[in-house]
Amino acid sequence: MKKIALTLAASLLFSTAALADPIKVGVAAEPYPPFAAPDASGNFTGWEVDMINAVCAAAALECVVTPVAWDGIIPSLTSGQIDAIMASMSITAERMETIDFSDKYYNTPTVVAAAKGAGIAPTPEGLAGKIIGVQVSTVHEAYAQKHFAATAAEIKIYQTQDEANQDLVAGRIDATQADSIALDAFLTSEAGMACCESMGAVADDPEVLGLGVGVGLRKGDEELKAKFNEGIAKVIADGTYEAISKPYFASSIYGG
Amino acid sequence: MSRVAPHRIILGGIALAIVVWCVFALRWDWLPKYLPLIGQGIWRTVWILAVTTALGFLLSIPLGLAQAAGPWYLAAPARVFCSVIRGTPLLLQLWLLYFGLGSLFPQFPWIRESDLWPYLRQAWPYAVVALTLSFAGYEGEVMRGAFRSVPRGQLEAARAMGMPRFTILRRIWLPQAIQRALPTLGGETVLQLKATPLVATITVVDIYAVASRVRQDTFIVYEPLLLLAVVYMIITGVIVLAFRQLERRLPSRVA
Repeated sequence: MKKIALTLAASLLFSTAALADPIKVGVAAEPYPPFAAPDASGNFTGWEVDMINAVCAAAALECVVTPVAWDGIIPSLTSGQIDAIMASMSITAERMETIDFSDKYYNTPTVVAAAKGAGIAPTPEGLAGKIIGVQVSTVHEAYAQKHFAATAAEIKIYQTQDEANQDLVAGRIDATQADSIALDAFLTSEAGMACCESMGAVADDPEVLGLGVGVGLRKGDEELKAKFNEGIAKVIADGTYEAISKPYFASSIYGG
Repeated sequence: MSRVAPHRIILGGIALAIVVWCVFALRWDWLPKYLPLIGQGIWRTVWILAVTTALGFLLSIPLGLAQAAGPWYLAAPARVFCSVIRGTPLLLQLWLLYFGLGSLFPQFPWIRESDLWPYLRQAWPYAVVALTLSFAGYEGEVMRGAFRSVPRGQLEAARAMGMPRFTILRRIWLPQAIQRALPTLGGETVLQLKATPLVATITVVDIYAVASRVRQDTFIVYEPLLLLAVVYMIITGVIVLAFRQLERRLPSRVA
């Protein structure tokens, strides 16, 4: 009797171990429309969430969308709480020192937004003496620190882009720099339309702005990387990418 | 001659071993680069703590007095204020002040032309106001109890001697109330220290914000947090020692 129970326990143990755990794909736990934003019941929806589902389906992976605070998303990946990051994270040399990336799945220009009629050029000269708000540990923060810190009055660091937008509306900052699509969602909102407009794209600097957005992965996780690359290639080739993008964007955001 | 107990030696040895291990086994190469920022962060944490506890304490005296001995039209608002402050999270109060007021600015453009705008624009005034009101709310309750606990006979005797009311408050009532409240005030100041990291959520760069920044820039998790813990422990130690000194300077029993 004891033996049967033991064998039963052992078989149970092995059968659960044999079932692969679903891949936990981390998204930033904050509204970042139209890429990913929680709805009223807390479920994340948006272009990037559709993309996660499509890529995982194409690569035959079982994925769960796992919201993680943006400021701790890389440590969450390296410590194994999540297995991949699909949170509009740009592929940069600095991040490559800690984590690995798949191929890019989108690339959009970086723009500066400011109060309507402010006439601020998105250049170091145009932003001279201004207070600029950016989200912490983003390529935009790195860019602002590198190009605007010398002339700007102050660079304010926010935990989320949403808070920077709120302070732009309040007038506490003169300008904010962020991804064009993410800023568009704010600028076409009621509060955004009333106050602010885009001042145009900043000069490109691939060294800090990176090479587009890719899936963040643990170093050495080659198998998962290959699967994600395969999934991304497949959704682009079979037209799923275009079908997903159509409801969100006027033109393709795959970029050059 | 006093001998050191053996368990103290062992515990001390273990503590020393942990410190040595932390210094050599963990990554501290980021420290020199962030040292100026860390210094600024500590300074900001300390001055915010000092200013808000001092202002909050000054506010708590009328709040406590109004509740302990004031007429109803002073006691009731004081009680409502303390209840609201103690009944809501500090983070909520801070955000209501900062983002709540901020959302009103676009509707009243004249605010941006006023002389106050350079201050309203920055984050630290909101941090100071929110933390001051919070400390005043908690201490108002403490001071109410402290004022009540001073024997009424002393106050009646002073009045019988013809001492003016304000002099009674200044010479007899307030000193004894403060002396009774001092141990509690020390504890509350330590709690106030640990409330200060909330200001990082409204872009005030205190020591907590600096540690997060290091964590986010370098992806090193443990070391900045350890440093943060040590900094807060040292500040707490200073507060505890300062209050112990204060308590010693005030006579424990008023003759």
